Amino acid sequence: MDVHRDDIGARLGMWIFIFTEILLFGGLFLVYAVMRNRYSDEFHQAAHQLNAFIGTLNTVVLLLSSATVAMSITAVQKGEKRKGVMLLFITLVCAGIFLFNKYLEWGHKISIGLYPGSELMIGLKHGYILFFSLYFFMTGLHMLHLVIGSIILTIVMVKVQIGSITQGKYTLLENGGLYWHLVDLIWIFLFPLLYLIT
Amino acid sequence: MTHTEVHITDYRVYGWVLFALLVLTTITITITWIDLSALTVLVALVIASVKSFIVLRYFMHLKFESRLFTVFVVMVLTLYLLVIVLTFFDYLLR
Repeated sequence: MDVHRDDIGARLGMWIFIFTEILLFGGLFLVYAVMRNRYSDEFHQAAHQLNAFIGTLNTVVLLLSSATVAMSITAVQKGEKRKGVMLLFITLVCAGIFLFNKYLEWGHKISIGLYPGSELMIGLKHGYILFFSLYFFMTGLHMLHLVIGSIILTIVMVKVQIGSITQGKYTLLENGGLYWHLVDLIWIFLFPLLYLIT
Repeated sequence: MTHTEVHITDYRVYGWVLFALLVLTTITITITWIDLSALTVLVALVIASVKSFIVLRYFMHLKFESRLFTVFVVMVLTLYLLVIVLTFFDYLLR
């Protein structure tokens, strides 16, 4: 007897979770919007501390990773297992590049004493403190989601390789992909609002 | 149990979508170099919204999914925008 499967229901469940994530980050964006409105000059100045080149590189890398994970679904649907695994691997490499860049950015700031709660930070003007607090919190939370997404996609990649995810059963891959696209969507908004307001 | 036809998106579609997203990213960056003060943010957000629309529709498969999914997404985004509008009504009139 066939086990009951509800692929559409499974995807819908993932979408509902994604809605909660949208509201989570949405709340942070709202805080950003109000604070930016109140301290527009200081936000504008503070943003100079961010490296727009690295930000752009991260944006490109994440967009590419979204394309590759979407393509991996096509591959699995067509039964092209090796291609699917390859594409998922590329997605994970992109995630790695993003994380490395973030390590460079955060590492630099922390090394000059600029991090939430530091003496340097506390001594800054209020608008600056708000900008950097939002920067660390929002990119940090985003990074956490990226790491979780990477773990999920790694599991998915292994499952495709060993045949747990197949041409006839790949909802886990689709849902992993949806979560990854969410990570990309958040960054699509984070990037201009944090890096390009100079 | 009925099995509906599964829509398999061609690799090339995803290639074109990626290209469009990269073009839009380039436009965002070059436009923010031009200082239009308040308008710069608006333009950046509009372009980001277009990018999101493309990601939702093609990468996240909304175009090929049951219409119900799109309805849900629109509902949630509308709710969120409403929260922003209401918050600003409060904040700006203090």
